[in-house]
Amino acid sequence: MLKITNLHATVAGKPILNGVTLSVPAGEVHAIMGPNGSGKSTLAYVLAGRPGYDVTEGSVTFAPASHTREGGGPAAPVADKGQRDFRFRGNDDGGVNLLALAPHERAAAGLFLGFQYPVEIPGVSMLQFLRESLNAQRRSHGEAELSGGEFIRLAKAQAAELGMDAEMLKRPVNVGFSGGEKKRAEMVQMGIMNPKLAILDETDSGLDIDALKAVGAGINRIMRAPDKAVLLITHYQRLLDYVRPDRVHVLNAGKIVRSGGAELALELEREGYQEVAV
Amino acid sequence: MTALPTRKLEAYRYADIDALASVWRDLAAPEVVKIAAQQKVQQIWLPSAETVQVRRAEITLAEGASASIFALNSAADYGRIELDVTLAADANFELFAANIGDGAANLEVVTNVRHIGERGRSRQTVRSVLGGKAVGSYLGKVAVARGAQQTDGEQSVKAMLLDRGASANCKPELEIYADDVKCAHGATVGELDRDKLFYAAARGLDPAAARALLLEGFVGGLWDQAEGGETIAELARNALRAIA
Repeated sequence: MLKITNLHATVAGKPILNGVTLSVPAGEVHAIMGPNGSGKSTLAYVLAGRPGYDVTEGSVTFAPASHTREGGGPAAPVADKGQRDFRFRGNDDGGVNLLALAPHERAAAGLFLGFQYPVEIPGVSMLQFLRESLNAQRRSHGEAELSGGEFIRLAKAQAAELGMDAEMLKRPVNVGFSGGEKKRAEMVQMGIMNPKLAILDETDSGLDIDALKAVGAGINRIMRAPDKAVLLITHYQRLLDYVRPDRVHVLNAGKIVRSGGAELALELEREGYQEVAV
Repeated sequence: MTALPTRKLEAYRYADIDALASVWRDLAAPEVVKIAAQQKVQQIWLPSAETVQVRRAEITLAEGASASIFALNSAADYGRIELDVTLAADANFELFAANIGDGAANLEVVTNVRHIGERGRSRQTVRSVLGGKAVGSYLGKVAVARGAQQTDGEQSVKAMLLDRGASANCKPELEIYADDVKCAHGATVGELDRDKLFYAAARGLDPAAARALLLEGFVGGLWDQAEGGETIAELARNALRAIA
């Protein structure tokens, strides 16, 4: 689904990513952990195409799975790769050069970035913002736009799943939302957009226990499917109690320095980045 | 017919005098609007198809009268909205205006609001969105006469510049002869926020659609209180989409 090869990137001329290589197959959740300043958010922004984040070397191929598992329905989150039935994976062949696409084209291709700091847009209601965004994506797929009524039903259902008051959808985008509400709202947006690949940048920061559970459940519900994948960027292990990763990667100084299974996150939590990752 | 004004006159310092000259001879006298005590009047000023549009009114509010003006100033070459407003005691005046243009458009809102009675209230909200080499101006004077105590006046002026060549002039002016009044004014000039644009792009909006949506948010709210404001809201939206 996502193949990152030797990715180097600079921000304002300063090298931040120094050769990231990473492959996320369809059907899997990969966690990226790492200390402050290791380049986690930069990786997220580079993948989403944020202006000012310049790729100097390397490539990123994005290949949304073109067909789902034969039986349909989401795959059970299987931790042990050996048990996974590879025949029922989505198709990982082909793919587009992600770095050649503009940010809105990446979104239309099926990539969703969950922001660490969701942006406030005064004067534009959440409903209008999301409806226009979704319809822009649908147009680019040659699909019919959703009517106002259809969209409101979809948005309300997604808000309800995340335990968000539907009235909040009428408010301007993220304006006056608490930190936790903003993160929940990001997951509501993800549910509405229904992406193939979600890159979630510290979606767990600023959440209390209940919100963390709700967000974790949201990620599993929306993204745990054989034709989808998640790149979960986080500092802490606690979200991984709810969203069990298939792989954990440790980013340090702009490079993946270690990869492992879900147990690696526990080891990091116990011993710290210094011990494990250097 | 009075002589064509020059830019030496304060109220015409940013005007397009050549454009004004093209309509000056046939220009209608300012519309006189007298609002009786306790009466309420709303007017919505929609743009016409003319490339030069000058619209003027002299509004007199008797005691406790109320006027709300909603105006979209979006002429292709020169648009001028000129209001001379006099408020008696307890009168209430509200102006919601937008200057929206690009190319070489020159759009201005010029007001002179006189509080001559006590407890008058005036609210002026002007938003400009300017692309190309467009110029948008607000020249607003609030005069509070001696004895017009407890006047409450407010001017909120914001401009958004889409291109390097665009410019905005904001000139709120206060002339106060009473000692117990509240007169606030604020003016900002800015450009579209990159973080907001990227957020919208990350959700799938192409650059023009993202800009249009943010601009709608910037201008939005101006027409919320207009009764039957759908048309002006629609025209403003179209004008924004055309320049975004």
